[in-house]
Amino acid sequence: MDTHIASQINSLLAALILLTAFGLVVQRRMNALLHLFAWQGFLLAVSTAIVGYVGGAHDLYISSILTLSMKVVLLPYILHKLIVKLKIHKEVETVVNIPTTMLMGIILVIFSYHLTAPIRELSTLVTRSTLAVALATVMLGFLMMITRKHAVTQIIGFLAMENGLLFAATSATYGMPLVVELGVALDLLIAAFIFGMFFFHISTTFDSLDVDQMARLKEED
Amino acid sequence: MTLLVLLIVPLIASLALAFIGDRKLAPEINILGSAATFVSGVVLALQVYEQGPILAGNNFFFVDAFSVYLTVLTAFVSMTTAIFSRRYMRREREHGTIGHRRLRFYHAMYQLFIFAMLLCLLTNNVGILWIAMELATLSTVLLVSLYRTPAAIEAAWKYFILCGVGIALALFGTVLLYFAAEKVLGAGGAALHWTNLAQVSDQLEPTILSLAFVFLMVGYGTKVGLVPIHNWLPDAHSEGPTPISAVLSGLLLNIALYALVRCKVLVDGSTGTHHSGDIMMGFGIISILVASFSLLRQKDIKRLFAYSSIEHMGIATFAFGLGGPVATFGALLHMLVHSLTKSSIFFTVGHASQMHRTQEMEKIKGLIRGNPLVGWGLALGVMAIVGMPPFGVFTSEFLILTATIKEAPLMAPFLLLGLGVSFAALFRRVQPMVGGAVPPYQERLKAANLPVIMHMAVVLLLGLYLPEFLSGWFQTAVVLLK
Repeated sequence: MDTHIASQINSLLAALILLTAFGLVVQRRMNALLHLFAWQGFLLAVSTAIVGYVGGAHDLYISSILTLSMKVVLLPYILHKLIVKLKIHKEVETVVNIPTTMLMGIILVIFSYHLTAPIRELSTLVTRSTLAVALATVMLGFLMMITRKHAVTQIIGFLAMENGLLFAATSATYGMPLVVELGVALDLLIAAFIFGMFFFHISTTFDSLDVDQMARLKEED
Repeated sequence: MTLLVLLIVPLIASLALAFIGDRKLAPEINILGSAATFVSGVVLALQVYEQGPILAGNNFFFVDAFSVYLTVLTAFVSMTTAIFSRRYMRREREHGTIGHRRLRFYHAMYQLFIFAMLLCLLTNNVGILWIAMELATLSTVLLVSLYRTPAAIEAAWKYFILCGVGIALALFGTVLLYFAAEKVLGAGGAALHWTNLAQVSDQLEPTILSLAFVFLMVGYGTKVGLVPIHNWLPDAHSEGPTPISAVLSGLLLNIALYALVRCKVLVDGSTGTHHSGDIMMGFGIISILVASFSLLRQKDIKRLFAYSSIEHMGIATFAFGLGGPVATFGALLHMLVHSLTKSSIFFTVGHASQMHRTQEMEKIKGLIRGNPLVGWGLALGVMAIVGMPPFGVFTSEFLILTATIKEAPLMAPFLLLGLGVSFAALFRRVQPMVGGAVPPYQERLKAANLPVIMHMAVVLLLGLYLPEFLSGWFQTAVVLLK
């Protein structure tokens, strides 16, 4: 594959990842959220594999397979099971309305481009222009965690942030060293186990997964 | 070799405790495992004392003066906390707040937590440092929610989400660090080895490293409990079991600060400015002020001391940011004495709240008459933590203050204000609790005396006399951290 074409494809994938990130921020239905999240993981895995192929960094294939199995199959499956079991289908209330959230998202993207501008000039990799998109994905995941008041959506936001981080690692460099990638995947697996437990605890203690109910611990005046 | 033993012991203990469950001997095995960890920690310290820094396992592990004293401290406090936890958790089970299954989980996770912290200190790889940090968070999240009360679940959720986000930002910082390092050192695991990075830090691209430091500061700063990203800390401390509050305050905050300072050394080497130090000073001074004024409004005894931890981590962060030999020496000493004093305070606080079956300070009274050791332990602990001589905290705060007056005189009034307010707030709160008559609802209990006595003795000793090996390590670390 020609480097030029590869970089074109990668930019396209980056754009699609950013699109899914925006989709996650504005989507209200739980099932659609899960689908979008799985798509984002899939795009990330494809992009990682392409970077690995072009750069001759074969470690990235392992990273790509890890992403595919964790972010596309395992985590959406676990979340889906939990959603069915805890009977969550209804629309998710957002704190801020959708157009405002969109605007905030756009500002975050511009901010990310501005922040990474000096770095993009320094990188020699074909993938360097995607670093801004990666940071934007992290920021949008962050935005999602702030604007949503549902435990499951907050977790999806958290996982989307993690996607952005992995994307940053493959776009700025040819992936982190393998031992680090494996460690991050292991931590993610433990985190998945923990939030699974949490959903049960929260829903049995509070009768719903709306985190707005958790407001006991405040400073009294 | 000792390094491996040090890491494997808590792992084996964790597995063993998960396997045997809540049998009669589980707390003793927990103590035994921690004691074995402590002994190997001391052996490692002796080796470092004789041979200097150790690089081992294909450069994967690295111990120097900075990490070795924290390693011994971590092993020591986890051992004394295990001793404290034996009586404390037995009492909790008698009160019916916790069952067999959760106690099994508690013991296994406790050892895993120690493993994660030791891995943070011993690894040479900045990426593994991040992973171990995350593991330390994850292993304590479900311990904070151990009692399964609504408040405990809320606290644990906040802890999980806030620290998860924080640590994710730190990972982005680490990615940027690797990005800069890869150009100089080439791709692969060796480019994230701290020793390699420190050697070439002046060749690393300053623009990237300054940006990386912002992410690392916010990320690890969340775990240090610096204002404004401290919200998880008082909740997690007040709702979790007291032994966990003791190790969170005494150890985990230190480890997060350790990670931050390690990264700061690289950034300073690259940029050649005092920029990162300024950021740390800013975060530090704001934490000191906000925490000390928050102390005034607390009603829950564990929240009170959680805010005190934020204040003291602020002091250490501020001192590291200030830099220079005196301030850095003070910060290193402060991490040590704060950790020992604060965990000792939490031991007595745990017993005090068990005696009154509440954490509300208004209802806790007459501790000295009810149980002299708990009462005096708390009183002396608080005297030490507010910086009264002859305890070690006085020495470290005095050093930091002297350096501040000399190098950043504009900051000194703020620092003094924070120290003064927290002094007043803690004294006002603690005096009614330790003095006075025993209230009728106070219960008698057998307190774990040994940990409190051990900690306070060491803190007193460090105030009177700093052993030569310790000051030697601190001086080596000061040179290292410049």
